[in-house]
Amino acid sequence: MEGKLKDNYKNEIKKYQPKPKVFLNCIRAFIVGGLICLLGEVITKMFIGYFGFTEKNAGNPTIATLVLLSTLLTGIGVYDKIGQYAGAGSAVPVTGFANSMASAAIEHRSEGLVLGVATNMFKLAGSVIVFGVVSAYIVGLIRYAYRVFF
Amino acid sequence: MALVGKQTWEFTNGVYVQSTGTAVGPTEKEGPLSGTFDFSFNNLHCDEENWELAERALMRKAIQICIDKSGKTTDDIDVFLAGDLLNQNITANFMARELQRPFLCLFGACSTSMETTGVAASLIDNGYANSALAATSSHNSTAERQYRYPTEYGGQKPDSATFTVTGSGCLLLSREVTSIKVKYATIGTVQDLGIKNPYDMGSAMAPAAAYTIVQHFKDTNSMPHDYDLIVTGDLSTVGAPICRQLVKDEGYDVSKVYDDCGLLIFDREHQKVFSGGSGCGCSAVVTYGHLFQEMNRGTYKRILVVATGALLSPTMIQQKESIPTIAHAVVFEST
Repeated sequence: MEGKLKDNYKNEIKKYQPKPKVFLNCIRAFIVGGLICLLGEVITKMFIGYFGFTEKNAGNPTIATLVLLSTLLTGIGVYDKIGQYAGAGSAVPVTGFANSMASAAIEHRSEGLVLGVATNMFKLAGSVIVFGVVSAYIVGLIRYAYRVFF
Repeated sequence: MALVGKQTWEFTNGVYVQSTGTAVGPTEKEGPLSGTFDFSFNNLHCDEENWELAERALMRKAIQICIDKSGKTTDDIDVFLAGDLLNQNITANFMARELQRPFLCLFGACSTSMETTGVAASLIDNGYANSALAATSSHNSTAERQYRYPTEYGGQKPDSATFTVTGSGCLLLSREVTSIKVKYATIGTVQDLGIKNPYDMGSAMAPAAAYTIVQHFKDTNSMPHDYDLIVTGDLSTVGAPICRQLVKDEGYDVSKVYDDCGLLIFDREHQKVFSGGSGCGCSAVVTYGHLFQEMNRGTYKRILVVATGALLSPTMIQQKESIPTIAHAVVFEST
């Protein structure tokens, strides 16, 4: 007689679980992430071409525009749908960061502006900032050490 | 009332379903069981200011319809039993504040529907109440916000995830003979086979469902063919076949009569609900709506409803604990 499913549950049930669509998700992330970056590039060129920015300082208004767009899309309930389709493609760019803040702010509006919105806004984005700063610090140290010794 | 076998209560004095009330949200309304709900809101906010109020509106509506249909008044209710998925059971507790009837709050995650029904039936059978109201609710957005991420957050969910049903179901039990009788309740034990993925609750809950189903068969000396339908609460496309196999491993083949409320409530081809519906509201609205209608039509004479609950806590998940699960079963019979 065959063994029972529960004897080796975690392994035996794998055949019932849907396979993660790793390849498809990568393709989708690549396309959507790429499109967001392309949009960023278009916006940068626009700031340089029409508003007199230079290659160097067009970055900030570009990011601000993308953040604004992402926040708007979050507010009208579209960004989460893009996120389900694109995964990392829409989570990694700055638009994903804006979405994590805007969605938390909207969600906690019912608990008031201070303890609701302000306190919870960085609930998801906080980890990005913490690890962003820490890793920047470490990379900075390595770069400094490299300069001093080589 | 008598304890039959190890974990099953038999209601010997006759407990009957007087009336039911169901209220759901827009996604459920678009699903295949659309016509079986008493009321549906056409917006997820249920015309309220925030998600928590929306869920309470669902439960209020379900209770109101249930009481109205029974021809009784709120004052006639001797005990009110309710539970939901939110911290401190806020929907149930705040609803009880409005109802002002003796109140017992129960939590069994998504198994709460049959937990409240079973306990309510036992109170009536023993004469502690003449009429008992049992209600449960869940709301997609309150559940998302509490157990996962903000509703508008663009995170990607795997296909094994479930979609929390926005809905509330309520039923009123008493000794007055009606077309549906509550015959048995089998109280489950907590099962945990080590699943840690909160996006795969079907796999986590299947052992609890299987355990309760098998225990029910043993306690009542019954077999799968004694039932026209054995339905689990929210095991989804992942958990339902696992449950069927686990029960088969114990020598009972339920495949001919088995189904899952989470699979019945949505059209997975056309609705983006991942592997199916979940939540306390899922088994409640499907059972009190669709299944009871089918019983009254004569499609089913005897059904076993096994509400499955993942006793999930985001904090415990982060502390790397696995997910404890439970299932409670209730037998409904046509009279």
